[in-house]
Amino acid sequence: MEQQTFLNILPILIVSTTTIATIFVEAFYKRSDNLIYWLSIVSLILTLIYSILTINVQNLNFSNTLHSGGITNLFYFVLSLTSLLVIISARDYLLRAKYHHGEFYILIFSSLLGMMLMASSRDLILTFLGLELMSLSFYVLAGYNRKVLFNNEASLKYFLLGAFASGFLLYGIALIYGSAQTTNILLIVNEFNNLLLKPLFVLGLVLLLIGFSFKVASVPFHMWVPDVYEGSPTVVSALMSTAGKTAAFAALIISFYGSTTSQVNFEIVAKIISYLAIASMLIGSITAIAQTNLKRMLAYSSIAHAGYMLIGIASANKLGMSGVIFYLIVYSFMNVASFILISLMENDFEKRISLNDFIGLANTHPWYAAIMALMMFALSGLPPFGGFFGKYYVFLAAIKADLTYLAVIGVISSVISAYFYLRVVVYMYFRTNEERKDIFHTSADNFVLVLCTLFVLQLGITPNLVLDLITRFLP
Amino acid sequence: MIPLKYYLILSAAFFSIGIIGVLTRRNAIIIFMCIELMLNAVNLTLVSFSSFFGDSSGQIFVFFVMAVAAAEAAVGLAIIIALFRNKLTINVDEVNIFKW
Repeated sequence: MEQQTFLNILPILIVSTTTIATIFVEAFYKRSDNLIYWLSIVSLILTLIYSILTINVQNLNFSNTLHSGGITNLFYFVLSLTSLLVIISARDYLLRAKYHHGEFYILIFSSLLGMMLMASSRDLILTFLGLELMSLSFYVLAGYNRKVLFNNEASLKYFLLGAFASGFLLYGIALIYGSAQTTNILLIVNEFNNLLLKPLFVLGLVLLLIGFSFKVASVPFHMWVPDVYEGSPTVVSALMSTAGKTAAFAALIISFYGSTTSQVNFEIVAKIISYLAIASMLIGSITAIAQTNLKRMLAYSSIAHAGYMLIGIASANKLGMSGVIFYLIVYSFMNVASFILISLMENDFEKRISLNDFIGLANTHPWYAAIMALMMFALSGLPPFGGFFGKYYVFLAAIKADLTYLAVIGVISSVISAYFYLRVVVYMYFRTNEERKDIFHTSADNFVLVLCTLFVLQLGITPNLVLDLITRFLP
Repeated sequence: MIPLKYYLILSAAFFSIGIIGVLTRRNAIIIFMCIELMLNAVNLTLVSFSSFFGDSSGQIFVFFVMAVAAAEAAVGLAIIIALFRNKLTINVDEVNIFKW
């Protein structure tokens, strides 16, 4: 029994022991950065394999606080795969910028641990702790090179606004605890109908939503997103925008999906979420048009994508939730690949890549241009790629839940966003420039890019495989 | 015995003072102190609920929140120092390479 519990949470144990072990390796060995890199890769691969092998064994551990198996393991898989891709390509980027240290991997691991806790927790205390562990690591990672002013500024802004938002989240949790007398999500969900009659609980829920909206990068707490994504090292932005979003959405889905299965009056909450979704989609895609800096543009597009995903949560049915998870998986691969392509054009932390850097890329580096074009098509939601089905499922869910206006606004916003995604393609293919751009590619980066491309294509051609898997594990 | 209501009003007042401080002050350290005030207002809420219900999990939560606040202080002050070394200011209005 006891042994089984520890076997259930083995992915978390692997990641946490690696975090602690790498701290000691870093402390006691000189020139240990390569050792830590390989250690991280091995333990991530172990986590990936173990979470896939035990995906069918579902359990609740430690007096119903930690879920294992099923959807949780799927989240483990996505989170560790994203981290793995980022780590593989980060090494060369950091070596190029002459700032390659073991701490980078330690911080990524502790943030991964926080994200895994968020995805598996069934207790608000644990969710909060996981969220803070993730955020604190991200604050440091955003300012990873402390000698560069960009990084300092990004991390200061991220830290101040992030701590502010966690204050809201925490106050929300305290009020929920006050009205439900428990912090266990499963118990709260059982009582959801009665609790909704208490104003204190509704206020707590709204504050909780506001706190989460910071982490998923949606309105009203979206102001940090462009500044932080632009200022952080590009590989860190890749991780923050994908894994961070996935973990926060996992926590949202856990808290809100359970409450939708048992015939509750979800309308008030759904209304608030749909307002957040509309505002995020429109603000994100309209502001992105004005951006010339690529990382800033992707940041605004990330706000818009958070809006599309919130549609799935607001529609509150099974298709919506599995659509969000599917969307998150596709989005992780699309965004990691786009950010890594941007990082390939930087040779230090201070270089800022704008649209003009992409002029004529198709002539000088046709393969990279092709992958970038593919990712832009996928992000804008064109059919043969995975991004299309992510949007398709959440819009379908919204229509099924009688929230057709959300789907309509979503489609309008996608049309607007096609402009700035396709503009990148136009710059690459239809404008020429004499000067040759450097792309600092290595085989590791190529491997990551090819892997992301294959996943995006696979999710676009046979989306049912993954969607069925998700639907099977949703309660 | 003082009713629960008074504790909740007091902590809500602290929380609001914290929010107003974050929104109006421009010194990074004072903003940070206001955030700490918000967290402590939450702690007060949790402790009063916990003692009112006779349920210990709220008080345990407070310990975790205090630990998190301490970790946040360590990270936050380090970030502020790193910024000060480069820029010689901690006024958030002057930290504006990007549009804030």
